[in-house]
Amino acid sequence: MANGFFTDTTLCIGCKACEVACKQWNELPSDGFVFTGESYDNTSELSGTTWRHVAFVEQMAIDHQGELQDRWLMSSDVCKHCTNAGCHEACPTGAIIRNEFGAVFIQPDVCNGCGYCVVSCPFGVVDLIEKFDPDGTHYNLASLATSRLDARATAVQQSGGVAGKCTLCYDRQRLGFVPACAKACPTESIQFGDLDELRERAHARVERLSERGVSAQLYGADDVGGGIGALNAFFLLTDRPETYNLPAQPVLPSTRQPAGYTAAAVAALGLALAGWMIFRNA
Amino acid sequence: MPGLGTSFGRGGATVWVPDLENADCILIEGSNFAEAHPVAFRFVMKAKERGATIIHVDPRFTRTSALADIYAPIRSGTDIAFLGGIVNYVISHEKIFREYVVAYTNASFIVSDAYRDTEDLDGLFSGYDGASRTYDTASWAFERDGQGVIATDPTLTHPRSVYQILKRHFARYTPEMVERTCGTPQAQFLQIAETLAHNSGRERTTAFAYAVGWTQHTAGVQFIRTAAIVQTLLGNMGRPGGGIMALRGHANIQGATDVPTLYDLLPGYLPMPSALRNEQTLAEYLKLNAKPTGWWAHTPKYMISLLKAFYGEHATPENDYGYAYLPQLIGDHSMLPTTFAMKDGVVKGSFVIGQNPGASGQNAELVRSAMERLDWLVNIDSYDNETVSFWRREGVDPSTIATEVFFLPAATVLEKEGTMVQTSRLLQWHDKAVEPAGDSKSDAWYFNWFMLRMKALYANSTDPKDLPILHTAWNYEHDDPHERVKGEPSVLKVLQEINGYTVADGAQVAGFSDLKDDGSTASGCWIYSGVCPDKATNRARNRDASGPYTAPNWGFAWPANRRTLYNRASAAPDGTPWSERKKYVWWDATRGEWTGIDVPDFPKTKAPSTPANKHATGMDFHGGADPFIMNLDGVAQLFVPSGLKDAPIPAHYEPLQSVVENPIYTQQSNPVLREYVRKDNAYNKPVDADYPYVLTTYRITEMSGIMTRYVPWLAELQPEAFAEIDPELAVSKGIKSGDYVVISTALGEMEARALVSGRMRPLRVNGKRVHQIGIPYNYGSQVAFARGDSVGDLIAIALDPNVSIHESKTLTCAIRKGRLLRRRPASFAQDEM
Repeated sequence: MANGFFTDTTLCIGCKACEVACKQWNELPSDGFVFTGESYDNTSELSGTTWRHVAFVEQMAIDHQGELQDRWLMSSDVCKHCTNAGCHEACPTGAIIRNEFGAVFIQPDVCNGCGYCVVSCPFGVVDLIEKFDPDGTHYNLASLATSRLDARATAVQQSGGVAGKCTLCYDRQRLGFVPACAKACPTESIQFGDLDELRERAHARVERLSERGVSAQLYGADDVGGGIGALNAFFLLTDRPETYNLPAQPVLPSTRQPAGYTAAAVAALGLALAGWMIFRNA
Repeated sequence: MPGLGTSFGRGGATVWVPDLENADCILIEGSNFAEAHPVAFRFVMKAKERGATIIHVDPRFTRTSALADIYAPIRSGTDIAFLGGIVNYVISHEKIFREYVVAYTNASFIVSDAYRDTEDLDGLFSGYDGASRTYDTASWAFERDGQGVIATDPTLTHPRSVYQILKRHFARYTPEMVERTCGTPQAQFLQIAETLAHNSGRERTTAFAYAVGWTQHTAGVQFIRTAAIVQTLLGNMGRPGGGIMALRGHANIQGATDVPTLYDLLPGYLPMPSALRNEQTLAEYLKLNAKPTGWWAHTPKYMISLLKAFYGEHATPENDYGYAYLPQLIGDHSMLPTTFAMKDGVVKGSFVIGQNPGASGQNAELVRSAMERLDWLVNIDSYDNETVSFWRREGVDPSTIATEVFFLPAATVLEKEGTMVQTSRLLQWHDKAVEPAGDSKSDAWYFNWFMLRMKALYANSTDPKDLPILHTAWNYEHDDPHERVKGEPSVLKVLQEINGYTVADGAQVAGFSDLKDDGSTASGCWIYSGVCPDKATNRARNRDASGPYTAPNWGFAWPANRRTLYNRASAAPDGTPWSERKKYVWWDATRGEWTGIDVPDFPKTKAPSTPANKHATGMDFHGGADPFIMNLDGVAQLFVPSGLKDAPIPAHYEPLQSVVENPIYTQQSNPVLREYVRKDNAYNKPVDADYPYVLTTYRITEMSGIMTRYVPWLAELQPEAFAEIDPELAVSKGIKSGDYVVISTALGEMEARALVSGRMRPLRVNGKRVHQIGIPYNYGSQVAFARGDSVGDLIAIALDPNVSIHESKTLTCAIRKGRLLRRRPASFAQDEM
């Protein structure tokens, strides 16, 4: 059985309850207090310590037919828990595993903070946690950190850096709870459950929206291509994926390996040939 | 509150939040529903999923607009013009629900021939006295025959009938006039008017939702009155998926109105005795306040039971049940006038609890400087805040301030038990989850010990003026020894007393119909009666969602666990549902009683055919088809002959500080609004070239106030005060998103970050380009994770005449790029860019 997320952006009201619930449950610090001036988005992106991020896309321009578009799209982004995960493949220590709930999970006590997974994620999700502050003096989280100095915090403290991303609330799932973000979402924009059932629901939803004249598409419910397969956290969008800062054609880095090895082999062969030609008379 | 109260009889939201799901159309105006009430908004989303049309009318394109089917921009403060346009549309296009209007409203009543409308007096009503800026409302009365019975014309054609007066009054609120005044394009206005009309009537219902976007104006009560007129004409009141949802901003605001923190009310909407009226004895009070007809004829039962709850065995018929112990009003003691009195040295001490007026008050610097004049200030709060720290604010020398300040730590909601009364009038009990941190105590603890220690201090006094303290009944000892040892009182006992009991045996009463006017019962707030019908039951604890969708076993909704108010109107005059689709409460002829899926808001066995007895008193005055039982005449009031200080029917006035002259009447602003013309409360001119932009204020999802500014997870989401500006204005001022800007009024200046967005759009109003600037109300100077100036420092105090609410939603301002040159606390300087 594999569980995952279906994030229906047509139901998102941009309240960011998912971001806050995630940070609270997972005891993650804030990422600083920076006013960006970019719509209502001041956390900007997913990071090692921001595992849910709500994107705000303002489309207030008049379109080419002269109609006011009047759209403010909101979408809560999260780790996709890919069928074939780049981070999983790249991890040299075995810290990244696929757990019993079908989620891609980073074991903080095994991770050595090498960062290979960071560059291997096709979606730019994984990041290193470098600023974890167990004393909480900077982030005012002292009461949390001292009350629950768990394996993760200890590991971070000792190693000085680990990779961080959504765990699909592994600890909550083990207790039979739904992940914090899905629990907090007031409009059921974030739905959690069995993936087969979620996919069925998502396809039906697209049809229903289409009957109402809303053109919607699923992103990641089925194979996204690039060798990644389907996503365990998939989305219903009403615009192109790039609009939401999701790659239109994500590619798994390892699929580029055969071409890379071939090129290297050809180059080696070419160099050998050149060397042989240069030195044959010597 | 009087907007709904004078129209329908009660000041609360007429519907409950989950019922929005049954609406065919929802008009959200004066509210940023999705941002300010995200959890309640799920029911709007559910309605949308079921095919309802969601409309949002607002100065800004917000997260609510993003989810709406139709968004229309409006100039802040012009909602009476917009809704007046809807009234004109439904009347002139014959879209009213005529059968409903004839039977259930005062449309057919004939108004006195002394009445003159704004049509006759160019924006004023008859009875205006320019010197005192007040109305004598005598000429607004209905015409009566020799026996005092109101003259009516059920054909609605009499020229002085309410209906014809409405028709003439709103005739000038044409779509062109709406566009000229509100800046809303005509086509959009008409689309909305048609959608509302299409989704009202026998088979369909439309719900309205508003919040402080309608109330915080110098004519705020009349904004809500206009909405009440629209919903009544369309026949949407008292019906499923209809009504008017007054969204309350904070978790327990409804409860704080019911058991009021308001100076002029006693619990259960009984008026506070006033020395300015002839209310020196209980008999005089009851003569003035017990209405001859309708439900309020029961006032003596509720008042005497309240006095019994207050003074226990010391409330006897001989001493007027302790009536003389109650304080009496000698003026307007609401918060803002009291702040002026503090500044002027009249008020010497102040308790500030659950509020932070030093940042979120209007004219916040007035509040802070007024506190310098106090002898003492007590602040009970969970966080250091701008109010309690007024003495060390920027630019002030603490050694010159003599005020003695007591800062007491408050337990948060999770650290105490009790009820919250939310926007659906629903009482919900919550348990204590954790012990309070450190020395923090619940508010109940503070009040309990405040009273007990006062009683001890005065125990030996023989001075009659100390009797109110000595005679107050005070028995709230906790049954749990662990709580008792900590001195925590039992709030359950308080709730049980609010419910009421029989004095003789102490047994709980089952509901307010058991309350008596002979001193044999006591009840602390009659409208909550029924919440604890016996000692073992606390219905606020109920959490059973099964049964009909009204979920009668989830919490307890006042009055009498009723979800939709005036629900008798969901049936036709003959007692049958208006339609199968909108069936809710109806007359069961075989059992001889009202039934349905909600508690009927009507005498249970009063048959629809019961004739009205126009010579009787109390409820007998009403017939079996008069659904608005709290009102004198049993009907909804389209025209309000008494009870409001500014108008019997709404008229559009410009805000006190506006960018245009009133396009509709010569009268510029509400003639009876209350101004405070003084140096420390400087206004911009009514239309001021130096302050050419509309300024509107609001709160955002991510921030509340001092509670959230200290929470890093929330602070990172909206870390700094900002001003939302439309791109056209931004270009003309050379402002880019993220720049620092300074916004100013005649009263003060503030600094904020610019957020340039196409969601803000300039409007064309009366031939003039109008720009609106929006600033959230969540920030203050106190050093916390989220920082910024308070917009309260820009807002001069001007008040609505009925409820003393300030005008924070609409004023005028100037804006420039740059920063304020001033010293900032060191902690701010560290990371400034």
